[in-house]
Amino acid sequence: MSSILVQVIVGGLLLGAVYALFSSGLTLIWGMMNIVNFAHGDFVMLGMYVAFVVWTMLGVGPFVGAPVAALVLATLGIIVYFALIRSVMKGPMLAQILGTFGLALLLRYSVFWGFGANFLTLPGDIVGGTYDVFGIKLQASRLLAGVVALLVTLGLHVLLTRTSLGSKMLAVSEDATAAQLMGIRPDSMQAIAWAIAAGATGIAGALIATFFYIAPTVGETLGIVAFVTVSLGGFGSVPGALVAGLLIGVIESLSAYLIGAVYKDIVVYSLFLCFLWFRPQGLMGKT
Amino acid sequence: MRRFLWPLVALALVIIYPLVFTTPFQQRLGALILLYAIAASAWNIIGGYAGQVSVGHVVFFGCGAYAAMGAYSHFGLPPLAGIPAGIAAAVLIAAVIGVPTLRLSGHYFSMATIAVAELARLIVTNVEFLGAAVGLSGPTVPRTVFDLSFISALPYYYLFLAVLLITLGITWWMANSRMGFYLRAIKDSERAARSLGAPASRVKLYAFMLSAGLTSVAGALYAMIVGFVDPESGLGILVSVKMLIMAALGGAGLLFGPLVGAAILVPLEEISNNLLGGKGAGLTFVVYGAIIVIIARFQPGGILALINRLWAKRKTPKTPDTEAAAGASNAP
Repeated sequence: MSSILVQVIVGGLLLGAVYALFSSGLTLIWGMMNIVNFAHGDFVMLGMYVAFVVWTMLGVGPFVGAPVAALVLATLGIIVYFALIRSVMKGPMLAQILGTFGLALLLRYSVFWGFGANFLTLPGDIVGGTYDVFGIKLQASRLLAGVVALLVTLGLHVLLTRTSLGSKMLAVSEDATAAQLMGIRPDSMQAIAWAIAAGATGIAGALIATFFYIAPTVGETLGIVAFVTVSLGGFGSVPGALVAGLLIGVIESLSAYLIGAVYKDIVVYSLFLCFLWFRPQGLMGKT
Repeated sequence: MRRFLWPLVALALVIIYPLVFTTPFQQRLGALILLYAIAASAWNIIGGYAGQVSVGHVVFFGCGAYAAMGAYSHFGLPPLAGIPAGIAAAVLIAAVIGVPTLRLSGHYFSMATIAVAELARLIVTNVEFLGAAVGLSGPTVPRTVFDLSFISALPYYYLFLAVLLITLGITWWMANSRMGFYLRAIKDSERAARSLGAPASRVKLYAFMLSAGLTSVAGALYAMIVGFVDPESGLGILVSVKMLIMAALGGAGLLFGPLVGAAILVPLEEISNNLLGGKGAGLTFVVYGAIIVIIARFQPGGILALINRLWAKRKTPKTPDTEAAAGASNAP
């Protein structure tokens, strides 16, 4: 009994690390540009499909799939920034919401059109089998996904706080005009932010694809998970997203185990609404 | 009187449309355009006039649809009898979720409404009384004329037209009342409106409730013409998205904006579904997505705002002042 509970919690933490990774992308863009990417879940979905295509064409797993997905998504992020976000950012609220919503539909149904609505899966042993560690059964794919996601998220945090690129991006998010006077191009920094955010999301998608169903509509659910994580962790905070992501993963796994798999999304969405209603600044946010 | 000329001409055209285009497909298409115009106009009250971009309006749509079908399948009443219950439920839900949700601004409001809609869909999918994943159906064979179950789309067409005119009348009245002015002030700057004494929370809530009630009527009418409702068609997020897109494409915050949007997008969807079959559904939404992105990128005020601006420019060619004024009043 208790070993099952431990297994559920460990599984939740590993899944939560992946949630944290793709939510970091959302929180980065939100914090820097004050724009919510409603297509974020669909970026994750694209990452999953890239991993799937890499596997069907080359027969290799996430070790190749994840970097390719990162590259593809980062390119998409830059294109989206220059083609859409840069002008929409200055427009009214409705334009911002519509822009990324339209993008979400465009991506979701392009994939639907190309691949069909069927649920796809990668082979269960694409990374390795299942291991027994101190009586806890661990799937290698989940373990790999969780650990890599954790490392990439921490790397992202280091990049944003400890490097000169991170400082420049922070400067732009604090005051774009002042940053420009200091010789930093807000445009390039914001494009880089989109590339990093989308790239991280692509990695997360490729990782989650090793044990999750792949379908065009999966982005809808994952997008809401990202919103929940970001609102819980505070908008703009990568460490916040990490803690919140792990927490959401555990809550989801526990509610699936204790109440029933059907109700896990209901629990998470209710939690989201409670947070938005009663504590919109998140767990660790100020004011 | 001139300002009424074009609307009256348009109304006359709309009235004679099904008498000229008489094939079942064309009449049904007309009815669906009017139906979505009702839903998008209802959304326009809170999303366009008040600037609160709700993506959860499908909840109210679902209230109407489920009330209408529930009245038939649980109580044997004509679906029409469910409409008051649907309106009551929608207005009540709007009040309950509106109080905490309308405090959120901008993106937060949109995200919260998405979560509400998804939550409603998940809950209804697990409630046996509401037909769970299968949904509820209406009368297959009309028992009396009150069942409003017609084979031809013609009766629906005129029914929907009447409801649309009522909806537009209410919207027009609201927009020109004190409330309409408050809403526009809130949309421009809520803080400024509040500091000048506009009761922002109360007015937004009233607009949300009014919009919810009208949306539920659209939902009930939809369930009647389609004959059933399930969680996807009655509570799926895409239904909200359609309302939002139609209003925004035509011109959010303009009286006739949603009509223009519906008149463009509904035929697009129906025709492409007809031509391309099941796979067409995917392509339709690809086009939808592309249209929204383009609108957001180049013309966030919608088509009507663009036309108004060009019209104003043509009328008064070389006075930058009036142009600026026209531009400002048409700004989204």
